[in-house]
Formats: sequence, C-alpha cells, structure tokens
Amino acid sequence: MRILNSLKNDKPGIYLLATLLAVSIAVPILNLLVPANSAFHLSTYTVTLLGKYLTYALLALAADLIWGYLGILSLGQGAFFSLGGYAMGMYLMRQIGDRGVYGNPVLPDFMVFLNWHKLPWFWHGFDHFWLAALMIILAPGILAYVFGYLAFRSRVTGVYLSIITQAMTYALMLAFFRNEMGFGGNNGFTDFKDILGFSLREDSTRIGLFLASAGALAVGYIISRYIVSSRLGLACVAIRDAESRTRFIGYRVENIKLWIFIFSAVLAGIAGALYVPQVGMINPGEFSPLNSIELIVWVAIGGRGTLYGAIIGALLVNYAKTYFTAALPEVWLYALGGLFVLSTLYLPKGIVGLRQLRGAKV
Amino acid sequence: MKPVQALRKFFQHDQLFDFLAQTPPPSLDLSHNIILYLEGLNKSFDGFKAINNLNLYIETGELRCIIGPNGAGKSTMMDIITGKTRPDTGQAWFGQRLNLLQMDEPEIAEAGIGRKFQKPTVFENLTVLQNLELAMAQDKRVWPLLMARLSGEQRDHIDEVLDIIGLSELAAGLAGKLSHGQKQWLEIGMLLMQKPKLLLVDEPVAGMTHQEMERTAELLTSLAGKHSVIVVEHDMDFVRSIARKVTVLHQGSVLAEGSMAQVQADPRVIEVYLGE
Repeated sequence: MRILNSLKNDKPGIYLLATLLAVSIAVPILNLLVPANSAFHLSTYTVTLLGKYLTYALLALAADLIWGYLGILSLGQGAFFSLGGYAMGMYLMRQIGDRGVYGNPVLPDFMVFLNWHKLPWFWHGFDHFWLAALMIILAPGILAYVFGYLAFRSRVTGVYLSIITQAMTYALMLAFFRNEMGFGGNNGFTDFKDILGFSLREDSTRIGLFLASAGALAVGYIISRYIVSSRLGLACVAIRDAESRTRFIGYRVENIKLWIFIFSAVLAGIAGALYVPQVGMINPGEFSPLNSIELIVWVAIGGRGTLYGAIIGALLVNYAKTYFTAALPEVWLYALGGLFVLSTLYLPKGIVGLRQLRGAKV
Repeated sequence: MKPVQALRKFFQHDQLFDFLAQTPPPSLDLSHNIILYLEGLNKSFDGFKAINNLNLYIETGELRCIIGPNGAGKSTMMDIITGKTRPDTGQAWFGQRLNLLQMDEPEIAEAGIGRKFQKPTVFENLTVLQNLELAMAQDKRVWPLLMARLSGEQRDHIDEVLDIIGLSELAAGLAGKLSHGQKQWLEIGMLLMQKPKLLLVDEPVAGMTHQEMERTAELLTSLAGKHSVIVVEHDMDFVRSIARKVTVLHQGSVLAEGSMAQVQADPRVIEVYLGE
C-alpha cells in the first residue's frame, strides 16, 4: 500500500502506467481476436517489436535510477542486461533437447560442434526454469555487488567510474567471444524452440512474453518510484549533489550506492531475460560498450532523473531506430548523434523537460 | 584455573561469556558543569607550532567567542575537537568521561559535538524540510532508510528547528533558492537536528548583510543555555554583540580570556590583534 502511495504525486507516472495497461489490453485483442485480413489486425512481428521496446525501456529505467538519482554514470549497464539474457538463453538452449541439428538430447548444438562430450558444470540445472530465474537475478546482482563494493569503497567516482564500467563490459564481451567459455562463442545462442512448454512460434506465446515485459516494466517503475520518493531516495539525491557532505552527516555513502547499483543491475538483468526469447538470440555483441552508451543516449534524450523520461526516451529512440534503419539505413547513426547533440544543447532536461518549459511560460 | 572449574563456568546458565557482554560506551557526564576540557594541547605541522600548550575550558550552556589573527590555531583547534586532527600531546575531554582523542569523527558527532563549516553546503535540489529530515539523528542504514516515515515526534522536532532558524515559511521551497544568510541558518538548523550538546560554529556571518548578521546574533544567543556554543569569528562588531566571554588565541595558545571589555583593555591583545 505504501508503495502505491508514492505514486500519488507522480502524475506522469500514473499516465504512463495507465497507457501501459491500455496497451496490454489492446495488443492481445488486436493480435489474437481481430482477423488477419482486417485493417486493425496487429501482426505478431509488431507485437514482438513492441515487447522488445518494453525490455529496452526497463533497461533505461534501471540506468536512470543510478544516473539520474545517484550520479553514477554507468557505461556498462548493458553487461547486466546481457548476463540476464545469457541466463535465460541457457535455459532456452536446454529446452531444445534432441530437436537440435545434431539431435543430442543433452548437449546444445554448439557443444556437439566443438566436440565436447559432456555438459560443463555450470550448465547443470539450467533445464529447470526456477534455477534460470534465480540466475537471472543472481548473476547480474553478484557482479554488481563485487564490482560496486570494490569501486565505491575505493571512492571511485565520476568519469573514472564510467571508464571502469565500460572496461568491465568490454572485458566480458571478449570473454564471451571465446569458445572455451562455454557460452557459444561469437554465435551465442539461437534457434530456441520453447519456453515453459509453450512454443516460441505461437502467437499466444509472443503475446505472453509481451505482457510479461509490460508487467515487469510496470512493477519495476513502481518499485523505483517508491525508492526515489523514500528517505533513501532523498539521501541518493544528496549523494549525487554533495557526496562528502552527505558522508559528513553520517550516511554510509558507499552502502547506499552499492545497494541501489545492485537493484539497478537486477532490473537490467530481468530486462535482458525478457529480451532474449523475443528476439530469439543472444550473442556477445550485446556486451559491446556501444550498446551501453546508446542506452545512456536514450535516457538523456528522454530526460534524466525523472524515471518516466527514461522510458519515453527508450521507446521513442528505438522506434526511430527501427524506422530509420529500414528507410534510410546509412542515416541512422548520424540521426542518433544529431538527436543527442540537439537534446544536450537545447533540451538539457530531455523530452519530458518540454512539459516543464511549457509550464514555466504559462 | 583448573579445567573442571573452567568447564563448570562455561556451562553456568546465569552468566554471559565475556566477549558477549560488551561494556556500554561511557555517557556524557556534565556533573562538574564543564562540557569541554582542552589541556596542554600541542600540535605542529612540519615544525610549525599550530597549537602550543593550549588550555581551554567551556562551561555547560556557555556561548564562547574565539578570536585571533590568521594562523592563531583556531581551525586546528576545531579539527582536534571534532577528531579530524590528532594532537601531538595533551588531553581533550568531552564532559568528565569521554576522551575525544580515542574517538573517530562519526563517534564524536554521535556523542553530541556538531560543527558548522565556514562555507554553507546545503542540498540545493532538496527542500528545506528534506534537508532537515536527512540531517536528523536517525538510523542511517540502507533498509531502515527505505522504510522510514516521518513520525509525529520527528515532525515536531523539525518544526521546532524551522521555528528557531526562522525558515518555517520556506520549508517547502528548494534550499537552492535561499539567500546566502538563509543557507547559513539552514546549515545551523541541520546541525540542531542532530541534537548536539556542543556546537562549533566557524565564521557564521562571513558575507552576510547587516540585517542577516543581527538575525544570526539572535539565533546564536537563543541557542546558548540549551546547548554550549563555540563561535569562531573575525567580525569584531558581531563578536561584541553576542559575546559574554571571549578567548583570544595567538600563536597557538590562549593570550587572554574574559569579557569583551576586559579583553579589549588588555595591552597584549591590543598589540597583537586589536591595535592594528
């Protein structure tokens, strides 16, 4: 109840959640009930695309929580997203069973191809969904704990922290590229068959994944809103603006940073886990530092430090990306760069800052 | 002790193991009406004697002004009291029982010594009320903070402090929008939220307008009595307007002590400080 109370003063958040609810009702109807030849029919391709955007929005929310409220500009948030994705991918690979190209009932195809004869120890148990679900939370969480503990205790801040987060995701990318790691090397995982017994080719499964993404985004938003409006959230803003002063009045700055960082990493991991079954593959390219930087651009364009701004930014930029890469593929990178420059110069508070601007004039 | 006896002692139900029974930290004892003792303090930095056999006693509820030319050791003295610097020799006691030289900065703050720095640093993107809420003495671990709500008692304390510092009407406004003087008061308010017994206030009126200075003088004099206050200040008019007792520091030791009139009449003080 108290968690919902924190939404009371958050009008844009209520609009956002209401929109999310409306879309979650409309999309299944338009996709499953409206006949395919009708003009109102929503193709399964679009449903999956929307679901993918929602997982990106959850990732952007996670990034805004630590950047907008705690001042931690992490350029490695994509690493947590990918780890969550890989954990889900391992489960999906084990679900293929003997339906793979080589028909081995236990070993995923890439292991047969590499001439491995038994499953590496860390693959055991991933045929159970509960273990995969646990690892989706634990893998990003533990990495964030270890990384954050070392970084925050040594009081690494600002640009230095951004650089080492980037180094972290780059190192992970190189590691996952190696075949010996046991994660499929540069091909990663693909050719998934089903999840929890539902075929990934079915429209209804796609709708289910879309709804799960919308639900995860809504719950993630509500919890994040609760955190930033609690006294802990006040302490976060205090740390962002005057870290040593906050320490001086008795707050253990490194602990607060660490726990919010871990929460953000777990959110990113869940987003990755929902992303993988919808796009149907995961490879080490997801760890690429470029992805993490692009993520920061979404948040900056949407509006940092508002939570809903990050979600709006992620949705708009990714829609634009889909449009441009289809219509004018060579223009996209320039368009993204241009958007970033324009928003930094003229909209320092992002797209949601427009609302405040209009309010100020009236 | 024989092993049998040791074993018997181990299995006694009514006794705690020694390591479990922690000795409670000594509490602040003001039975002699002196809240701060500094005795025979010495501190040198690279051969420069910043503090030289300094002796200073502050009574409970007193408002003491400390003046002295630059380099007289005022800041070093404050640093020693708050645990930021350790003296080479000497004693520093808070009340009868708390040895300041064996405590670290958070422990000293916890025991009830609050310090306001020269430059006001309030959290500009939070409201005045939120600034005070954060500064409040409370459980500052992550989970309790996440679950914390403002209790009626805490709200009353905040209102009381808002009233003392005269910012009740601005409580919902952003701290960044306050004037320089108001920020200084908010900073004093944040100090008061920690319920300190002894307040160290470093140059409270630097950069203030005349009205703000008068208001600050009122504020500090109203705090004395309930709290003990040490004010370090350069502005002589301001010191004259609040001081009951003045200590003049010079080259790291006390040069003169007494009422403003006595101190001003002292020929040595005139020579080193006021006479110029």
